[in-house]
Amino acid sequence: MASSTLDRPAGGGSAVRGPVRRLSAWLHRHAGVRLAALLAAPLFWLVVAYLGALAVLFVSALWTVNGFTGEVVREPTLDNFRTIVTDEVYRTVALRSVGVAAAVTVIDTLIALPMAFYMAKVARPRHRRWLVVAILTPLWASYLVKAYAWRVLLANGGPVDWLFGGPGSGPGYGLGATVLVLAYLWLPYMILPIYAGLERLPDSLLEASADLGARAGRTFRKVVLPVVVPSVIAGSVFTFSLSLGDYITVQIVGGKTQLIGNLVYVNIGAANNLPFAAALATIPVLIMIGYLVAVRRSGALEEL
Amino acid sequence: MTLSRSARWLLRGAMALGLAFIYLPLTIVLLNSFNADRTFAWPPPRWTTGWWARAWENAGAREALWTSVQAGLGATAIALLLGTLVAFAVQRYRFFGRQAVSLLVVLPIALPGIVTGIALDTAFRSVLAPLGIGKGLFSVIVGHATFCVVVVYNNVLARLRRSGGNLQEASADLGADGWQTFRYVTFPVLRSALLAGGLLAFGLSFDEIIVTTFTAGPGVQTLPIWIFSNLFRPNQAPVINVVAAVLIVASVVPIYLAQRLSDTASGGRL
Repeated sequence: MASSTLDRPAGGGSAVRGPVRRLSAWLHRHAGVRLAALLAAPLFWLVVAYLGALAVLFVSALWTVNGFTGEVVREPTLDNFRTIVTDEVYRTVALRSVGVAAAVTVIDTLIALPMAFYMAKVARPRHRRWLVVAILTPLWASYLVKAYAWRVLLANGGPVDWLFGGPGSGPGYGLGATVLVLAYLWLPYMILPIYAGLERLPDSLLEASADLGARAGRTFRKVVLPVVVPSVIAGSVFTFSLSLGDYITVQIVGGKTQLIGNLVYVNIGAANNLPFAAALATIPVLIMIGYLVAVRRSGALEEL
Repeated sequence: MTLSRSARWLLRGAMALGLAFIYLPLTIVLLNSFNADRTFAWPPPRWTTGWWARAWENAGAREALWTSVQAGLGATAIALLLGTLVAFAVQRYRFFGRQAVSLLVVLPIALPGIVTGIALDTAFRSVLAPLGIGKGLFSVIVGHATFCVVVVYNNVLARLRRSGGNLQEASADLGADGWQTFRYVTFPVLRSALLAGGLLAFGLSFDEIIVTTFTAGPGVQTLPIWIFSNLFRPNQAPVINVVAAVLIVASVVPIYLAQRLSDTASGGRL
């Protein structure tokens, strides 16, 4: 309001300031116009470039590829989904992928809980900041570099083999290695939300619980756990989703193991069957949407 | 909480083990870049600095690095603009679909990377290809910007929430027009949040491989793509190892900057 009543520019000639000032006053009165101006470009980008792309993807999942010519047949059919549901191979791979994502999430939770608890409640406050930095730094080291580090570690005759007593005696590459490396990659995404949740929990609550006679175990169940659960869920959205879509790590340390991501990748590349790849890609999306809807009630999504 | 002595020691041990788990693999890569044995037999029979010299002369790696920097800068610029705009809209206005907008911003990073990747690939193939626009560095930037918006948005939104609108109102009451208010009040408040968000966006883009695989045109190789395509070639292994070691050492730079810029404990990476 004030800008329209005051006609004294702070500096510069009023001839230059005039139109700018009138425009800014006009905008001040028209909140809807301002909002539209703010949202036009981002919404254009996200709705057209992204939602549009997702829509094209899901529509193309209903198309098929002509087996002889390799051309895409743009007629809607559920054939791709029928193949996925009925074919044993796809069911196995889908279940294996979900299993890997779940295992990674559980492992990360088990490793992250004591670490985050130590950082938030046991370590001296001036050490906390450095511990957070120590957890964060590997996030900036390249994803590939970390997967590669494990490829070197687990290689035939590499350091892990050496620990176990000679070439070929370590676990080597495979499904176990995939779970281990994915757990390694996403561990900070689990530690940090739990740490943030625990940091907000006042020490006085823990003391009160102890004063009222609760032992450490009971305090953990009744006081710490209710605070930690939403944080774990927030972290699990990352660990689960990131594991579910991964196909790089499994190529690097997984040996011959196949996950949904590999099948999608193969169908786009070598098999040149984009519609089928699109149909396969809807599996992780549906699982993630189901997961997000299920955890939404916990209020964990506010913490993302 | 009154923890027993042994419980404290257990937790301290768990923390130490956890940190060892996180840092040992990275240390091995650093050591291996000096391992004279071609196949990285362990423990290293001899040490050498020869791989570092060879990696420095590798044209493919340097070209890929430059492509990555270009893609990162492009995506960061777009993400800064779009993320700031959305953050302002969501924080300053109440409108229908506000929740949906904030969900839409998070979606590209919440869905698995391969889904974002092939969605954009499908769109490029079926919408842009008929118009004669092929994939290239441009499509990589579009892909990266799409998932980078969220980190700028989060940083700016957090800053706007904390600073409130009082300063802007005071500025308007003192006679500043919209531009002056933005230039002298709003922007200085946001500056460090924008720097932190931009840093994160660049880091995300620089490291990205899945979306890049699907959106890069022929001949466009970012550093991760270059590393991945050389990962399975035994005679390239020493060079890859040096590049990996360099990236590990370089990861200290952004964390140092983020710690100075960002006011969240997590450095804003989440």
